Amino acid sequence: MNAWFIQHRAALAAAFRRLWATPLNTLLSLIVIGIALTLPAFGYVALDNLRDLGRNASGVQQISLFMSLEASRKDVGEIENRLRQAANGKWKFVPKEDALKRMQSSEGMAEIVASLPRNPLPDAFIVEPANTEPEALEILRKEIAGWPKVAHVQLDSAWVKRFDAFLRLGKLALWMLAGLFGAGLVAVTFNTIRLQVMAQSAEIEVARMIGATDGFIRRPFYYFGALQGALGGLLAAVLVLAALRLLAGPVGELAALYGGNFSLRPPGVVETLGLASLGAFLGWLGAQLSVSLSLRKLD
Amino acid sequence: MIEASNLTKRYPGGLEAVKDASFAIEAGQMVLITGHSGAGKTTLVKLISTIERPTSGSLVVNGQNLSALGRSAIPHVRRHFGLVFQDQKLLFDRNALENVLLPLQIAGQPRREAIRRAQAALDKVGLLAREKANPIALSGGEQQRLAIARAVVNRPTILIADEPTGNLDTDSGMAILDIFADFHRVGVTVVVATHDQSWIERYHPNVLRLDHGRVVA
Repeated sequence: MNAWFIQHRAALAAAFRRLWATPLNTLLSLIVIGIALTLPAFGYVALDNLRDLGRNASGVQQISLFMSLEASRKDVGEIENRLRQAANGKWKFVPKEDALKRMQSSEGMAEIVASLPRNPLPDAFIVEPANTEPEALEILRKEIAGWPKVAHVQLDSAWVKRFDAFLRLGKLALWMLAGLFGAGLVAVTFNTIRLQVMAQSAEIEVARMIGATDGFIRRPFYYFGALQGALGGLLAAVLVLAALRLLAGPVGELAALYGGNFSLRPPGVVETLGLASLGAFLGWLGAQLSVSLSLRKLD
Repeated sequence: MIEASNLTKRYPGGLEAVKDASFAIEAGQMVLITGHSGAGKTTLVKLISTIERPTSGSLVVNGQNLSALGRSAIPHVRRHFGLVFQDQKLLFDRNALENVLLPLQIAGQPRREAIRRAQAALDKVGLLAREKANPIALSGGEQQRLAIARAVVNRPTILIADEPTGNLDTDSGMAILDIFADFHRVGVTVVVATHDQSWIERYHPNVLRLDHGRVVA
């Protein structure tokens, strides 16, 4: 086992000891960090769920393609070929006969349809592209509009754009919130480590005199900051899960009232680990700043 | 081997604690740095042990010019020294064994080997039975012996002490002298700053006498 590994292991053990030595302080710091990370994390999960809701909402990201009335079966086949190449997603062909039947079955429409001399409805396609970004949908709509025998292309782009703008606004607000609370986390770690460095100034002085490198002195504080941040991140993930669990019932009931079966998606393992890693990074950053400034004072 | 040439240390404010000092200490020698209070003994010890940097002149220790040493190289050089201070600089939040373990932890020694060596060092200064004791529970002489154990545990080539018997009674002071003499006998270079003349009578070491920062003998 080389010296580098031994020293890192010892520094990690020292960081655990420090966390354990003052349980109340540790708990309070973890709660502060946990809450600071919970708000942006919850916002992220909420936006993610909203994005899913938007994606799954029927008709939101569909393009309706109406053929001209004189389009033949061959023209329909040509459009199918083009869709196969252009739209990386699903589509459904709705023959004009089916459309008329559906119209006839609508309440109060049977007599009106029966009085028509011929079927006024065109053949149509319902396209659900894989890429549902508003810009991509608009490009596809324009492309389809230029195809032969296509009379009209309809995209509910206004709704999609509004929804996308809302998501973007939410994302921006989330970043600002995350920045603020991230800075808070760095500040909490900074102060905790500053107090630790002050309390251990005698040990640091002795260690330096007998040959400790800056790395040896700094390492336990870095591990402490990162550990505290990581544990705070995990606490935040637990708080987000608890909040989602509390909201699951009311959200399900609301969705049912709108005829849907939407349920909130909790953060997965990767997202939880991401939150812990973010906490660890911010904790490490706070420790780095604090140790650098504090040690400069001891020089 | 320690070789100083025109070594000068000037503190901010203009005080020249060491002036144009030139001397040579051979490997394995026992050297006493003596002089009245304020003669520059402590500053010279700090210069040799790299705690202070010289203002001018050169100081070569074991072939390394300490005056030209980069900041990052200093900790590695210090590991070749065993330092003993008048106020011991022990850590009172850990027991005697853990105090002695510190230099080995800094050097990255495996824990088991480090404990074995720390216990051997404590044994050498007669404190093995007190390894679990907190330094605060030790007498002044025992604390100084503990500081020596910590200084020698890393097998330094040079043992440097600043007034190691300054706060001790005569008997405890003599016991400390004997420990230093033992290390000298096994080939360690011993450099001690002291105003205690009993060292000279007892061990007839080489003497480096300072007067107002200048080497006079």
